[in-house]
Amino acid sequence: MKKYTYTEEKDTRSGFGDGLTELGRENKDVVALCADLTGSLKMNDFENENPDRFFQVGIAEANMIGIAAGMTIGGKIPYTGTFANFSTGRVYDQIRQAVAYSGKNVKICASHAGITLGEDGATHQILEDIGLMKMLPGMTVINTCDYNQTKAATKAIANHKGPVYLRFGRPKVPVFMNEEFVIGKAITLNEGTDVSIFATGHLVWEAIKAGEILEEKGINAEIINIHTIKPLDEKAVLTSASKTKCIVTAEEHMRNGGLGDSIAQVISQNNPMPIEYVAVNDSFGESGTPNQLMEKYGLTAEAIVAATEKAIARK
Amino acid sequence: MPAISELEKTATQIRRDIVRMVHAVSSGHPGGSLGCADFLTALYFEVMNHTPQPFNMDGTNEDVFFLSNGHISPVFYSVLARSGYFPVEELKTFRKLNSRLQGHPTTHEGLPGVRIASGSLGQGMSNAIGAALTKKLNGDKGIIFSLHGDGEIQEGQIWEAAMYAAHNKVDNYIATIDYNHKQIDGDISDVLDLGDIDAKWQAFGWDVMHMNGNDMQNVVNTLNEAKTHLGKGKPVMIIMKTEMGQGVDYMMHTHKWHGSAPNDEQLASALNQLEETLGDY
Repeated sequence: MKKYTYTEEKDTRSGFGDGLTELGRENKDVVALCADLTGSLKMNDFENENPDRFFQVGIAEANMIGIAAGMTIGGKIPYTGTFANFSTGRVYDQIRQAVAYSGKNVKICASHAGITLGEDGATHQILEDIGLMKMLPGMTVINTCDYNQTKAATKAIANHKGPVYLRFGRPKVPVFMNEEFVIGKAITLNEGTDVSIFATGHLVWEAIKAGEILEEKGINAEIINIHTIKPLDEKAVLTSASKTKCIVTAEEHMRNGGLGDSIAQVISQNNPMPIEYVAVNDSFGESGTPNQLMEKYGLTAEAIVAATEKAIARK
Repeated sequence: MPAISELEKTATQIRRDIVRMVHAVSSGHPGGSLGCADFLTALYFEVMNHTPQPFNMDGTNEDVFFLSNGHISPVFYSVLARSGYFPVEELKTFRKLNSRLQGHPTTHEGLPGVRIASGSLGQGMSNAIGAALTKKLNGDKGIIFSLHGDGEIQEGQIWEAAMYAAHNKVDNYIATIDYNHKQIDGDISDVLDLGDIDAKWQAFGWDVMHMNGNDMQNVVNTLNEAKTHLGKGKPVMIIMKTEMGQGVDYMMHTHKWHGSAPNDEQLASALNQLEETLGDY
């Protein structure tokens, strides 16, 4: 098992904020909009450096998406920022008509995704957003795993012409990712032969920890970071799966509509084999600390280990 | 500048196009389309500075119009075609399979003149504001226009946009509401009354004007005057009184032709009332 170490923990939203700040200096077409969550989205530096290119829309997310779509007419690259819940479900029709169907170059940037938002509870913990966004034709869907990857993705999507949903979160998590970020290209973190673990977002670090536990049990896990859920790197999925003959998917999202669903579609059509899912199963979240919630809802390294043993047993 | 009588002739032909288009596919929205024919004719043939060919999605240094109440696509398509965005003959593909003229306007099929999809109501004002902000950032002196149904302003997003535009002094923008007092289910006063519409927009901080949307001279004069209100720190709202179904007697004074197409006999009656001035497609 390849060793991954880290010296600090940072929130992925800070990766977004810092990436946006650098973009503001490098690309004068980039504009940013926020619905009264500038501090939470870490957009303050961009705002301070580019007051003319920062648009505070107030608590009016539908209007924010609509304005962002309109701003592309004339060549701007709008980044919208609010919580994942208010970035997707609340404004689904606006995104559908004015952004996706209209093919507008809007970057929908969503923090506080999943249950690691914590104490605010289920009203703010969206676990359906990947599904909502990946169903939209033409929408690119990215879920990043640490500060570095989030910063890299934030910058990379400016050069991708078309609508993008970029999903990240609130808790501080290990900063470990140094691999290059390319939209749509999966990253193999560890090569293995017994199981393919496909993980996205905060579950990537858990997958690495699971790999270490599995190694002690004599199981050699291939661990792949799927940061881009759509378009899915089908080649990477099939190549790994054909070698290991069983799969575990891991995500901080509903099982329905998430990464696991996307991988299951590819596998069922090309090379059917056992798949186990580490995801929330048809349930809302609740209040609690991020760690308590990840434990309760089974989104941990230990859950990935259990799922792996089950998948291998089904081979 | 075309004489008012020329604009009126154009509007009459556009009304013929509208009833023929919806009749051909037995679907579509003639009522609001007929009511707004004079307004859109004035905009595209007189008031706006725009370049149909080659179509520029960014609308750089042009005036740009957003149709928020996308269901009146028949009048929009006819005006776009007859002002040179695409061949007039293409109007015969309206609402048919593989057409660029979808039931509601879209950029998805690449129809020149359409810059964003509309149909799901209440969104066009936000889109227009976004385009207006980009024009300001780019130092582009073009004006943004938009049209909204009166029933459409029952949508909450309109008021989010209204608040935003006033607070942020989006003063390169002229919005218009088609105030025909009717929506699908009946009179607006019965379905969900808008109350004092003037006072509402004024309270939101807009520069409110009025227009008789079925009097071409008044439409041209009001739109030209509205341009002089720009650059003064307020977005401009024109409350435009129209008659749904204007120009076809049996479609007027009722909400029943909001989304219904005439049969053969009704079409003949409508065309008898609308002189063929520029040649049918």
